[in-house]
Amino acid sequence: MTLAAAKPAAAATQAPLVEIADLTVRFRTPTRQAHAVNGVDLSLQHGEVLTILGESGSGKSVTLRTLMRLLPERRTELSGRVSVDGEDVLAMSQRQLIRFRGRTASMIFQEPMLAFDPVYRIGEQIAETVCRHEGVSRREGMARALELFELVRIPSPQRRLANYPHELSGGMSQRAMIALALSCRPKLLLADEPTTALDATVQIQILLLLRDLQRELGMSVIFVTHDMGVANEISDRIAVMYAGRIVESGRVEEIIGQPRHPYTQGLMASRASEAQRGQRLQAIPGAPPDLADLPHGCAFAPRCPQATDECLTAVPVARTLSGSHWAACCRLDA
Amino acid sequence: MTVTLDGGQAVAPVPAPVQGYWGAVFGRLRRDPVALVSGIVLLLIVLAAVFAPWLAPASPFQTSMLNRLQPIGSPGFPLGSDELGRDVLSRLIHGARLSLLIGVMPVINAFVIGSAIGIVAGFVGGKTNSVIMRVIDVFYAFPAVLLAVALAGALGAGLVNSLLSLTVVFIPPIARVAESVTTQVRSVDYIEAARASGARSLTIIRRHVLGNVLGPIFVYATSLISVSMILASGLSFLGLGARPPMPEWGLMLNTMRDAIYVNPWVAVLPGMMIFTVSICFNMLSDGLRSAMDVKL
Amino acid sequence: MMTSQPLSRHADLDRGGKAQPLLRVRDLKKHFILARGGFGRQASRVHAVDGADFDVFKGETLGIVGESGCGKSTTARLLMHLLAADGGELVFDGDAIGRRGGISVREMRRQVQMVFQNSYASLNPRMSVEDSIAFGPQVHGVSRRESRLRARRLLDQVGLSPSLFAHRYPHELSGGQRQRVNIARALALEPRLLILDEAVSALDKSVEAQVLNLLMDLKQEYGLTYLFISHDLNVVRYISDRVMVMYLGKVAEMGEVEALYRAPAHPYTQALLSAMPSMNPDQRTQQAPLAGDPPNPIDLPPGCRFCPRCPMVEDACRVEEPALEACGTAHQVACRRADEVMAGAVPAKRLSEENPI
Repeated sequence: MTLAAAKPAAAATQAPLVEIADLTVRFRTPTRQAHAVNGVDLSLQHGEVLTILGESGSGKSVTLRTLMRLLPERRTELSGRVSVDGEDVLAMSQRQLIRFRGRTASMIFQEPMLAFDPVYRIGEQIAETVCRHEGVSRREGMARALELFELVRIPSPQRRLANYPHELSGGMSQRAMIALALSCRPKLLLADEPTTALDATVQIQILLLLRDLQRELGMSVIFVTHDMGVANEISDRIAVMYAGRIVESGRVEEIIGQPRHPYTQGLMASRASEAQRGQRLQAIPGAPPDLADLPHGCAFAPRCPQATDECLTAVPVARTLSGSHWAACCRLDA
Repeated sequence: MTVTLDGGQAVAPVPAPVQGYWGAVFGRLRRDPVALVSGIVLLLIVLAAVFAPWLAPASPFQTSMLNRLQPIGSPGFPLGSDELGRDVLSRLIHGARLSLLIGVMPVINAFVIGSAIGIVAGFVGGKTNSVIMRVIDVFYAFPAVLLAVALAGALGAGLVNSLLSLTVVFIPPIARVAESVTTQVRSVDYIEAARASGARSLTIIRRHVLGNVLGPIFVYATSLISVSMILASGLSFLGLGARPPMPEWGLMLNTMRDAIYVNPWVAVLPGMMIFTVSICFNMLSDGLRSAMDVKL
Repeated sequence: MMTSQPLSRHADLDRGGKAQPLLRVRDLKKHFILARGGFGRQASRVHAVDGADFDVFKGETLGIVGESGCGKSTTARLLMHLLAADGGELVFDGDAIGRRGGISVREMRRQVQMVFQNSYASLNPRMSVEDSIAFGPQVHGVSRRESRLRARRLLDQVGLSPSLFAHRYPHELSGGQRQRVNIARALALEPRLLILDEAVSALDKSVEAQVLNLLMDLKQEYGLTYLFISHDLNVVRYISDRVMVMYLGKVAEMGEVEALYRAPAHPYTQALLSAMPSMNPDQRTQQAPLAGDPPNPIDLPPGCRFCPRCPMVEDACRVEEPALEACGTAHQVACRRADEVMAGAVPAKRLSEENPI
């Protein structure tokens, strides 16, 4: 990886911004070991929006946190390669990490209140982040904070900057957190279910805002969610995760329109909507596997209506279905 | 204690779910080395107290002016002798009876009374709760030692009175903990669900509150035993608790304090016993706390 | 009903006949006082539920939707008498609840049960699954043995093998399994009305479908009536016969599910529907239907409480609060301009996109 200094314009046609190869994450506790992520390969182009879609325990948030090295170091075993903008994230020192977080990649969460210190005004906190990372004066920091509040469409931004975190409503504090995350012009924005806790009418506002910001700033975004509708609204590409592996990946219209992996198909078919009224839903039977005790072969096989003996012998490799669409399922050969 | 441990073990080999909550707790406690060692030490001391007449090499009251203040290891006095020439080892063994009694009894009494007050206050809530807790707060305003000494002084010296005063001292903190734990539990959905099923308050307290509340209160109470031991010894030391010539560790510490210049090691022994027992109770309650955490 | 020994004499009692609503709610109110008044200050009140009127008919599923602060969960707790109402009248199958000549709260609770959102918090962590389910019947005087048998039968009913699950504790179960236990627990009293307060919201999508199927089966088998509270409009559309939309403690609109989804009469309902994320990559949402957050139900404006966010607001709306009025068969709405909303502002985009037919 010698492209570290590549300019964004040049890089857009060259190396991807994010490359994850064979990432494995294990959590150790005294009594057991959870296989949270089991060999994930992923790449993200400049200016692309990728959604990782999965249920709780699928490893989607863990993958996202690995990109920022936010996992508890002592209990976590990491292997594989993670590079962002040409830098090897897993090899970074604490010092490099501090520079990396916020400037190259930054993150927004489900709970915006956790991003802010409750005893300081929002404006001060954003200004301070700018000052610390970019070495500018306090005045410039405040000016930048105001700019950011305008950017995330907060009404009467000047007044809001003087608010304390608890004085903002749910949607407003989510916007403020986005402003904080964008304060150092990151190339990569990581979003961990940022709209899940919001009301429906607010959720759509935040999704549209993120879409606009991504276009305006030309950022790359990795968005984690369990909601197919949200994934459809925000992403260029979707990667579906199950039990720590990506089972299917492709452009939005491929995943939503023609899902090929039985798990993705099952998710689509089990959605409750008008079409199913009065009929039984085609639910996926069973429950996701225990991450401490994954089945041999395909992790979805025990719940899969199409499973054969072959599925239990080895973890299925990815089958390319079209240019960007692939799925990891043995039955696709049949 | 071994009996219960075996009990827990006996159920364990049957498929896991049958083991029950307390079986699981004891199973986890057994695997905690610190708690295990503390438990064994306490068990030995309790056994020594129970079988004191058979274990003690000499009478704890037998004075001998010829053998006063013998050092540790003297013939006939394995742990030395006190200022009246009594065998310190025998006195320590017999003293365990009284010391454990006045250390543990007040906490048991306070546990029963304090839990009842706190659970009722917490479960009823509202104004009743405020009134009960403000009254409790009045007792809280005094330092424990001062309160114990003042009460014991007012009631008059003596074993029973010192037990009483210590009980009163421990009711407020236990009631407070009970109240706060109950208030937390009261607002959890399963209590609402129980109420929605038409159960009356007493039934809900008995079936749903007690089980979830007594554990944490119990853990807190065991941590008070060490304080109680020390306070009880303090009262005896001040002459408000056990009376001479009764063997009691706090009292022994008092009567032998002059011997500290002659035989420091012997003089310090009762203090070490108090210290050991307190530490063991603390360790055991710590272990119990983590063993009772269901989410582990 | 249960295969053997019905729990109560009342279980099969359908007193008022099919036409009489199972539950009538009139002018239900609950105000929480935030800060005490005094020194001439007005006490600050949260109007959590501010005069809700609705009926629940026998055998139907009534969905309640709305955003946070709309009072849907408070309504559920008021119906269960877990909170004391500040005003209003509740009539269960013709009997006023908690009034003279009516039925007692305890009796009502036997016939109305509730499933909560948080499957873990709603089970006693120190009780085995079997004991949790058997608790209700025991409270109502069923013997220990009989109630245990019933618990095992119910476990079987909700798809959990009794021999495997009866002696487990809540932390040994997955979220979906726990919610099944909660449903079994609610059914143990053989209720006629089941209140499901966001009962599937915390579940993973693949498990949610299983639980929804289970609910449909149980409804069929026991002839239950459901009050289904959820923020998920897709799920509500799937499971409900009628829907009630709440906004800031009041009913904004109520009607047959299909009529209401196809032609919402309240601008708020319309906004809620078009705020649903699209499932068609070619027709993503282009504009958010509403700006800002739902306000807190404190110190409400005079007139219609949706005014500050309403795209169709006019001066008259700010003066007088619109009443809930009929606007079609079995369709009621509280909006002055409902006719215009129904006529012109149907979210045609969304309908064509979800169902091409």
